[in-house]
Amino acid sequence: MLEKYTTYLQNSEKAAPLAVFRILFGGLMIFSTLRFVSQGWVNKYYIEPSFHFKYYGFEFVTAFGQYTYILYAITLLSAIGITLGYKYKTATILFFLSFTYCELIDKTYYLNHYYFVSIIGFLLIFLPANCYFSIDAYRNSKIAFRKIPRYNILVIQLMLCIVYFYAGLAKINTDWLFKAMPLQIWLPSRYYLPVLGDLFQKEWMHYAMSWFGMLYDLAIPFLLLFKRTRVFGFVLVVIFHVLTRVLFPIGIFPYVMICATLIFFDASFHEKIISFFRRLFKIKFVENNRALYLIPNVKKKLLTTLFITFFTFQLVFPFRYMLYPDELFWTEEGYRYSWRVMLIEKGGYVQYKIVNPKTGNWFYVDHNKFLTEYQQKQLRTQADLILEFAHFLEKHYKEKGIENPEVYVESYIALNGRLSQQFVNPTVDLTKVNESFSHKDWILPFNDTIYGF
Amino acid sequence: MKNFKFIFPFILVCLSAIVWSCSDDDPVIESNDIFDRQAMLANWSDNIIIPAYQAFSTDVDALKSAVEAFETEPNEANLNTVRQEWEAAYIAWQNISMFNIGPAETTFMRSFINTYPANVSSINTNISTGNYALQAANANDEQGFPALDYLLFGLADSDAQILEFYTSNVNASNYINYLTDLVDRINVIANQVVASWEGDYRDTFVNNSGAASNSSTNKLLNDWMFYYEVVFRNGKIGFPAGVFSEGSTLPQNVEAFYKKDLSKTLCLEALNAFQDFFNGEAFEGTTRGESVASYLNFLNTMKNGEDLSLIINNQFDLSITAISNLDDNFFNQINTNNNVMLVAFEELQASVVLLKSDMFSALSVAVEFESGDGD
Repeated sequence: MLEKYTTYLQNSEKAAPLAVFRILFGGLMIFSTLRFVSQGWVNKYYIEPSFHFKYYGFEFVTAFGQYTYILYAITLLSAIGITLGYKYKTATILFFLSFTYCELIDKTYYLNHYYFVSIIGFLLIFLPANCYFSIDAYRNSKIAFRKIPRYNILVIQLMLCIVYFYAGLAKINTDWLFKAMPLQIWLPSRYYLPVLGDLFQKEWMHYAMSWFGMLYDLAIPFLLLFKRTRVFGFVLVVIFHVLTRVLFPIGIFPYVMICATLIFFDASFHEKIISFFRRLFKIKFVENNRALYLIPNVKKKLLTTLFITFFTFQLVFPFRYMLYPDELFWTEEGYRYSWRVMLIEKGGYVQYKIVNPKTGNWFYVDHNKFLTEYQQKQLRTQADLILEFAHFLEKHYKEKGIENPEVYVESYIALNGRLSQQFVNPTVDLTKVNESFSHKDWILPFNDTIYGF
Repeated sequence: MKNFKFIFPFILVCLSAIVWSCSDDDPVIESNDIFDRQAMLANWSDNIIIPAYQAFSTDVDALKSAVEAFETEPNEANLNTVRQEWEAAYIAWQNISMFNIGPAETTFMRSFINTYPANVSSINTNISTGNYALQAANANDEQGFPALDYLLFGLADSDAQILEFYTSNVNASNYINYLTDLVDRINVIANQVVASWEGDYRDTFVNNSGAASNSSTNKLLNDWMFYYEVVFRNGKIGFPAGVFSEGSTLPQNVEAFYKKDLSKTLCLEALNAFQDFFNGEAFEGTTRGESVASYLNFLNTMKNGEDLSLIINNQFDLSITAISNLDDNFFNQINTNNNVMLVAFEELQASVVLLKSDMFSALSVAVEFESGDGD
């Protein structure tokens, strides 16, 4: 049984799908990097702010002032390298490192899309996507293959399946399905769309969209995997992503997903795309029919272990929220890195209060002095950021001469249309609390229940 | 495989249809199930904003006439008329300070008309040298109502002594010139803003009825929120009561510091105007049209949630009560019993939570800066 599967994984499959994936992904990353820089976000997010929220364990990651642009230049150049399949190994490693490093500078800007790009960037390092239709293959026929072991393509397909399926699982909760939240808040505000705008004012439409979204996410991996339903599935993919693009400001993620989903199609389809590119750029080509076979050696064994570990992690990690008490949507302990995309509406308000224990005097902090608007918005609803900022303020006011300042937080959160509830225990001095993986018991309990994932 | 020939044109058509649908220059959609956002914008502009600006402008015109009379004949009677007109205009100002959109934004109206505390040393320098440029951005604390407050009430302890600055003082003509220049400046800005609203801007405002971050609704509500939190709550109560200054009170930073007993009146006028705007209540009279409250009510019918507009109104009422309990003279209040100021602050604070957290969330109003990608 196991041998049947390993043989299946090792069998030769045409490399065209992986090559096209590489080109499209690389191309989108070029576009994405240029877009990011041209919007002025490098400056706005990483250079201007004097304070950055750090990822736990990655406190050493900093921006480099104006030199941060060099990192983006590296990302851009390596994305070009990936697209063209030029010095592919170096390009993928540099892309992964530079892109992920930039993301690690400030937790404020965490997006599931960026996490996804990091993952793909990581996987590409270990996949021979430059063996076909690439400059590397052209220059070095030794690494040019028309066929590669099937697992290379399956890895990407599996990752996409996980993203969709887990996004679907996340939508199985009573707020999403039985209260049509948060779509019930978001859709009516898009009243200006013709046809859809009117429909979005109707309550039944909110429920329809919520259920459709959940069913789509769960079903799409299967629709794409089976040949008969593949085209239908792809049409749904396009409609879904274009719709979400119109509705929500989610950048280029929809296009990345649409292009990535092409990998489910047959090799012949991809070879047609490649011939199209060849005709377009007038590239002369002599097809070689070489196939890359899997040689069981140490390197391959390590690779197998890597993939198994990686996918086990991807399958298990999104469930770590179960180790924490209280409601996930409230505390957000275990919320990130689990494909919970556009899932909740959370508004909040936070006010820091400093008490000088010696004099008993207290005062409120003017957050605008330290944080940008974007950072303040993220601060309001995320406990780890609240704690980190508390410690920053402690340090800041110590330097200003207050011995042992105490930091208290008044914070309220409105989750999925509920009335604001107090979030942080206002009597807890956060200077005495340290960040760790254990539950933050200074978060007040959520006084409602949401069932589901 | 044959399907592919048809799939791509089909997708192309779908994409073009949806991309084409992104253009939001469509007129108002008539329907009973839809909240008429353009009607809300029209109610705001026609029944609240424009009448309030016009009333302010009228009062500033009266102030200008009074100052001109005082210039011709600087005596106590005319000084008192100037003071009365200043007070009326200052009260009228409280009804429009919350709006910072359109011409108010481009003329930096609030900054030039009501930055306090007034920079007394700069003002004195301006007067003695006769050299000043009121258009400069950093001259905002040398002009406007707070500067007039100083010139009309703060120059000396007694009215007779104040009058001397404009009659027998060696720089009397400079004092009069500065006084008239300040009033002229307010007059010019006020007229500019009114003219713009009575002209093209009203339609621009009402037609920009989308939901993007630069739509009228979004911009106005974001500014309105900032006004409440920073200009109103912090400016009138928080900063003077020492809430942000490490425990030490700053009573000299109250509004109308020199007039002394006007602080509470201004504060209540502003809060009432703020609540009226929330409820869509017309500037003249008590008719209520579409506004944030009715918008919340419309959205609420769908989710059977809490009656947010009622909760918000209740909190406004509590705030008004707390402020009414304060001395007319905030300066005195802070010095005798600051705790009552802090109680008022906490009531105002509670509204911030409801507005910033609940209301913005319920309306799905994009916070203004959002030019980044979301998730």
